[in-house]
Amino acid sequence: MSSTTGTDTGTTSSDGATLTGAQSLIRSLEHAGAEVVFGIPGGAILPAYDPLMDSSIVRHILVRHEQAAGHAAEGYAAATGRVGVCMATSGPGATNLVTPIADAHMDSVPMVAITGQVPSSAIGTDAFQEADIRGITMPITKHNFLVTDPAEIPRAIAEAFHLAGTGRPGPVLVDISKDALQATSQFTWPDRLDLPGYHPVTRPHAKQVREAARLMTESRRPVLYVGGGVIRANASPALMRLAQVTGLPVVTTLMARGAFPDTHPQHLGMPGMHGTVSAVGALQKSDLIVALGARFDDRVTGKLDTFAPDAKVIHVDIDPAEISKNRYADVPIVGDVGEFLTELVAVIEEEQAQGRQGDYEGWWATLDHWRQTYPLGYDLPDDGSLSPQLVIQRLGAIVGPDAVYAAGVGQHQMWAAQFVEYENPRTWLNSGGLGTMGYAVPAAMGAKVGLRDTPVWAIDGDGCFQMTNQELATCSINDIPIKVALINNSSLGMVRQWQTLFYNERYSQTDLHSHRFPDFVKLAEAYGCYGLQCDSPDQVDLTIEKAMSIDDAPVVIDFVVHKDAMVWPMVAAGTSNDDIMVAREMAPSWDRED
Amino acid sequence: MSRHTLSVLVEDKPGVLARVASLFSRRGFNIESLAVGPTEMPEVSRMTIVVSVESLPLEQVTKQLNKLINVLKIVELDAESAVQRQIMLVKVRADASTRSSILETVNLFRAKVVDVALDAVTIEATGDHDKLSAFLRVLEPYGIKELVQSGMVALSRGGRAMTDRSLRPVDRSA
Repeated sequence: MSSTTGTDTGTTSSDGATLTGAQSLIRSLEHAGAEVVFGIPGGAILPAYDPLMDSSIVRHILVRHEQAAGHAAEGYAAATGRVGVCMATSGPGATNLVTPIADAHMDSVPMVAITGQVPSSAIGTDAFQEADIRGITMPITKHNFLVTDPAEIPRAIAEAFHLAGTGRPGPVLVDISKDALQATSQFTWPDRLDLPGYHPVTRPHAKQVREAARLMTESRRPVLYVGGGVIRANASPALMRLAQVTGLPVVTTLMARGAFPDTHPQHLGMPGMHGTVSAVGALQKSDLIVALGARFDDRVTGKLDTFAPDAKVIHVDIDPAEISKNRYADVPIVGDVGEFLTELVAVIEEEQAQGRQGDYEGWWATLDHWRQTYPLGYDLPDDGSLSPQLVIQRLGAIVGPDAVYAAGVGQHQMWAAQFVEYENPRTWLNSGGLGTMGYAVPAAMGAKVGLRDTPVWAIDGDGCFQMTNQELATCSINDIPIKVALINNSSLGMVRQWQTLFYNERYSQTDLHSHRFPDFVKLAEAYGCYGLQCDSPDQVDLTIEKAMSIDDAPVVIDFVVHKDAMVWPMVAAGTSNDDIMVAREMAPSWDRED
Repeated sequence: MSRHTLSVLVEDKPGVLARVASLFSRRGFNIESLAVGPTEMPEVSRMTIVVSVESLPLEQVTKQLNKLINVLKIVELDAESAVQRQIMLVKVRADASTRSSILETVNLFRAKVVDVALDAVTIEATGDHDKLSAFLRVLEPYGIKELVQSGMVALSRGGRAMTDRSLRPVDRSA
């Protein structure tokens, strides 16, 4: 840790100055490298907002709901790789952060949440706006702090940023009592951190790396199962190197879209519940799964005890608790996935120099057969109405791989994962683990704040959008020109799909009537955005291009799409990956028919 | 299911007990017994946790515990290579006709009487799980009025301490 950025927070001198806890907090945020905080003030956190006003380093963006502050911090972190920061007051302000904190925990997003707490003398008395947010967030944070002494604020902030951003990243909450913000102490930024119980292992065990190389050379049906950890670890270049050296097939999970270019011939796409047949098959029929920063989530494995029955597993993760949690690892490797990949490539190159090379020719013939026989696709509606998949596919094609895409949760999220081609890491943001509807707009906002010059698109559903669209006001006022492609099918589409498939087409409470209310164009305009609407296939490209030509305010496009489109392929919940359906009542044939 | 005793060194910080307890409940592990107290090192507490789980879930328990920032070290103490003790206070119905045979039992188990009333005696006993269970079975026919037990505490046998580097921690690095 270095202290390089201390500036004026009400007192001019740096270390040793007598500051209020509030001033210490803002100065600590500056030292920690925070450039932006998303938040809303309120009673208990109010003292912190006074020195914040004077900081020339930390920009505060006033959001309209604390949940959005959290998702914006997540979007900022996921797009930039830096620690995102959100701030809220005690009680309801803090509890509104619970959803994004849980989301960041599931998806390993580096985030620091700062909350005000009632004065320490009132803690435990059920005081006005009191909630035990430290207790509430214990199971959904990497760590959390309750600070009641102003002198402890710098250390807590320094440790919070360190914990959030290192090892397996995650959210850290710092709850500060109001009296600690008001009292004074000597400000000292800690030169070294005192975390005796925290030593993430980053260097993989050399013997295990050699064992991994050996298994990869010997296997006949190996597959690289790439998870979000590869993106968090900035390990995409090392992954590319491994793919080039070995010629192995690659699948990227929902959290790892963009970790490996979609246009690369070795890329089979996304595995899992809505993955491609070739990616699901590559795992399911594999004899060696090389799991890289992935956690064998139930949405990937399907029914666990029938998952990839013939495969040995090499499991690389920085979190030892992920290894053998769901699927036994034959070769467990704890460490940074980038370091592992670099060392592995070196070992494999040595092996190859001595003439030991894997033979995957037969495997590739099978994979290519699946890929050619069962490509991703969709049917266009007979009535000439707009297909949601077409909209998303065209959006990806026109906007291109250099933009950032943030999705909500549901059908549109799956189509955005399937039909946008991602070429770069950190260009696909979504709520994978928790599945938080309402993530897209605030996450896109956070990403745009971190990447001023990059186009940022939210691909959202009409259900999700109505959970957090109030942040369009924040975007308009703060000059954050995101674009929103609203895939408006007038319903909670994924739930409706399940009702179609599993509840005899009884559509209980999934019709949102959002082709009638609200008028999304007017709503966008009311928030100071441009509102566009498109309901016919021949207007899709033009509308997207029009949105791209606007850069002085956010743009919302209401794509009025038909509501019967379904996400395929699909592995129904609780069933085996063997039983993947390419379309309704249509199962692939795994064996080659030749 | 088998019983495992984990010795866990933790930083003596507010909330650490809640973190451990909530982790067990969140991951669906049952704590059979829990004892917390200070150690020879200032600012370090030791928790002795007895859990009943299969060996694979036990690995998850220790890995998840290790993820807690305030947890410093975890060692599994098996019954053969560790001394394990619980303390028990038990109030047994006793009148003139039964008192002497109760006292005989107390002596046999190397327990001691710490309070005597006209109709009852209160006995203090220490030992491992099996000994205390056996003792209770013998006392039961007299009538147990009240019973309290501490959590298990345990230390490894031999000269080494848990803080020695030579003692391998459970699965810090898988």
